Amino acid sequence: MQTKRMTFPGRFLPYALLAPQVIITLIFFIWPAGKAMYQSLLREDAFGLRTTFVGLENFARLFRDGDYLNSLSVTAVFAVGTTLISMSVALLLASTVNRMIRSRSTYTTLLVWPYAIAPAIAGVLWWFIFNPSIGIVPYLLDMVGYNWNHRTSGNDAMLLVVLAAAWKQISYNFLFFLAGMQSIPQSLIEAAAIDGASPMKRFWTIVFPLLTPTTFFLMVVNVVYAMFDTFGIIHATTQGGPSQATNTLVYKVYADGFIGLNLGSSAAQSVILMVIVILLTVVQFRFIERRVNY
Amino acid sequence: MASITLERLKKTYSGNVDAVRGIDLAIEDGEFVVLVGPSGCGKSTLLRMVAGLETITDGTLKIGDKVVNHLEPAERDIAMVFQNYALYPHMTVYNNLAYGLKNRGFKKDDIESRVNTAAKMLEIEDFLQRKPRQLSGGQRQRVAMGRALVREPAAFLFDEPLSNLDAKLRVQMRVEIKQLQRRLKTTSLYVTHDQLEAMTLGDRLVVLNAGEIEQVGTPMEIFARPATMFVAEFIGSPAMNMLPLEYLHDQKSGGVLTNLPEGTDTVGVRPDDMHLTPPDMPYLTIEGTLMLFEAAGAESHLYVNLASSEQPTVIRTAGQPPVREGETLRFYVTRDALHPFNSTTRKRTGS
Amino acid sequence: MVENRPWANVFAHTILIIGVALVVFPVYIAIVASTHGPGEFLRGTLPLLPGPHAIDNYKAMWNTGLSRAGAPPAGQMLWNSFVMAMAITIGKLSISLLSAFAIVYFRFRFRMFFFWIIFITLMLPVEVRIIPTFQVVADLKMLNSFAGLSIPLIASATATFLFRQFFMTVPEEMLEAARVDGAGPLKFFKDILMPLSITNIAALFVIMFIYGWNQYLWPLLITTDPDYYTIVMGIQRMTTAADGDPQWHLVMAAVVMAALPPVLVVLFMQRLFVKGLTETEK
Repeated sequence: MQTKRMTFPGRFLPYALLAPQVIITLIFFIWPAGKAMYQSLLREDAFGLRTTFVGLENFARLFRDGDYLNSLSVTAVFAVGTTLISMSVALLLASTVNRMIRSRSTYTTLLVWPYAIAPAIAGVLWWFIFNPSIGIVPYLLDMVGYNWNHRTSGNDAMLLVVLAAAWKQISYNFLFFLAGMQSIPQSLIEAAAIDGASPMKRFWTIVFPLLTPTTFFLMVVNVVYAMFDTFGIIHATTQGGPSQATNTLVYKVYADGFIGLNLGSSAAQSVILMVIVILLTVVQFRFIERRVNY
Repeated sequence: MASITLERLKKTYSGNVDAVRGIDLAIEDGEFVVLVGPSGCGKSTLLRMVAGLETITDGTLKIGDKVVNHLEPAERDIAMVFQNYALYPHMTVYNNLAYGLKNRGFKKDDIESRVNTAAKMLEIEDFLQRKPRQLSGGQRQRVAMGRALVREPAAFLFDEPLSNLDAKLRVQMRVEIKQLQRRLKTTSLYVTHDQLEAMTLGDRLVVLNAGEIEQVGTPMEIFARPATMFVAEFIGSPAMNMLPLEYLHDQKSGGVLTNLPEGTDTVGVRPDDMHLTPPDMPYLTIEGTLMLFEAAGAESHLYVNLASSEQPTVIRTAGQPPVREGETLRFYVTRDALHPFNSTTRKRTGS
Repeated sequence: MVENRPWANVFAHTILIIGVALVVFPVYIAIVASTHGPGEFLRGTLPLLPGPHAIDNYKAMWNTGLSRAGAPPAGQMLWNSFVMAMAITIGKLSISLLSAFAIVYFRFRFRMFFFWIIFITLMLPVEVRIIPTFQVVADLKMLNSFAGLSIPLIASATATFLFRQFFMTVPEEMLEAARVDGAGPLKFFKDILMPLSITNIAALFVIMFIYGWNQYLWPLLITTDPDYYTIVMGIQRMTTAADGDPQWHLVMAAVVMAALPPVLVVLFMQRLFVKGLTETEK
């Protein structure tokens, strides 16, 4: 990795400058991560009195555990649903805003602020709207004959958390799509118009293909978001229920460790999540390298 | 003020790339020396070694009588004008000039009087409270000069300071730099790839190629007697024509050229030394087909193909001679306009 | 756009207005709910227009909170959130600036090793290593303290990378000119590098502040003392209680108060926010 052509001489200064970050990283990142790996190989008895080394037993158990496998598929549904909904809404809004001239900045302002709302708060907002006894949406759904109840219906609960998560993420995707579209040279659009392409056709044959790098980037970011940053949404609303229907991987690590007090299993789940994050990060970085050449 | 002495100065980058291959050079106190050469010849590296911005791989560098190889740039008592000016964008012009003085612990009044003197000299008094981005290219250039001036250093180092200016401004600033240096008599080392800038500015030129010195001398010495084929082709514009001996017809002996220094197999002729009419003294002739005629107002350029030579020979003549493209022309060259070279050693032959 | 078709414009505005309405809807409902008395919620359906109890509700939340749900006054929690967010933001920015400076402007042994240590934090979000981090913080006796709330979240590879990226674009000649001008490393950092980075620092400040303010899981774990509750996590305590005991008007007042500071930051510093967002994620 590069430095400047010319650097400062200094024997101790660079280490002193790095020290705060490195020390914090070692204490609060590397050490806990190592600990998680170590704990994932141990098992504590019910009273926390005796720990035994069990090798990869915790991992093996996880993949035999129906609840964990369920959690994997719940997470997949949740991540894909959130990504699809928020990205397609954002793309629609961004492409529409992009054709505005005078009102562009007003609409942008009106659309970006949900980014600032905490996932937990977003969860509470939607939880309230969908509240089976006083919420406005169940009231409307009742009129068309649907009995909404996310306290008993797993599907309702999943839809609720997906909506809350997607809602919060729209502003983020919107900004990136808009930036992506604005970096497409206007002359290309004009050339396509002269070639007789209708606005719709221009979008699908020129704009959308040129947005591919942005789209791909956002897909990775959204999956990461849905997997890791949405703990607050689940915890503040469904708490993984009803009957595990919204028990995502991240929530399960917490629930098994803090509520179930099964440290070995929770640590093993942490390790699996770390592997997933590392894989996603690698994908993202590879892609960024490619995007540089784009 | 001080002399600058370079002894066997070498720079090797990692991976055994030799940028500067042992340079010996003595710059006298108050002298204006220009390092000139094509890009990648090591001229900037050499300047930056003098400045202390590049480490010295081998050799000795003295400013005055002091060896400064391992001194920090700030301790070498030099000031530098950078190609892109390197003005601090967040500071006013005044603070840009004052920064180096402040760091050296000058007193406030002293800083103020120095900055004001320099600003007056460069006619930038009116801009002292502006930020660099509010200035034009020429004004920024002056501020960059001012930053060097206020320090009253032992030597000025210039790294292609005019290359970011447009043609007209470049000529103007060139004149100003020259006048300023005459007035201040500060030892100056100036790097450029522009041979015209080098010729007009320097008391002495150092022509560099591939990390080595090709020739050192006053501009006229170098122009009149280029020591190597590289120098001959690099200095002067359009470049000197290099002709094999057999192309020239000796009028006096009625055949091939004789009486050239031993080892000569190529002669150089400047485009201005080839005439369309025979001179009064003994001459040589060359024939060729006119491929292209360029009228440039006061002068014209003729591109001529000599026999099978692939590269056209260039002739510069005053006014607009009555010639047609495609026509075969005869040119006249006097003997004293010939520069004899050996194409293997690429050096000038004879003494 | 190339053509000018009036009906297409009307259509586009319609889409956008519906979009904005959907985005605003949940927040509108929350604001409306926070202006009614408790009676409205017993009737079964929620009113869609604001009621007269706004001042009462916000005052009650600000001063006393929902003591039955174990939540302290919102004023207190907002202050805690603010302290935590500022500590995280300033901490992150300072250590990142320093380490990026070291990585870009110095050559030293183990430079790559340190770079990788920092890089790895990018891959380990808090959510992934909750329990061991909690144990470490507990061992260090940092539970129920502002230090515990903020310091573990301070290390940030993102900010370090952004500053590294930015420093690499600062012209080489800035450093060279500064050295000829007699500036040492710290002087260069203070006089040249920091002022040049000011826009980047401000943009990151906005992003980091939002990040810090919106922390949820971490405060939830390490605070058991209501004196240290932050507003975002405090709301969860209230909803759990409110579900059985409809105090939604007060909960929604707290929701609005919790969302307002970061939303205002985004609205008033939109340009910096967009810059910070698009550049940190590159």
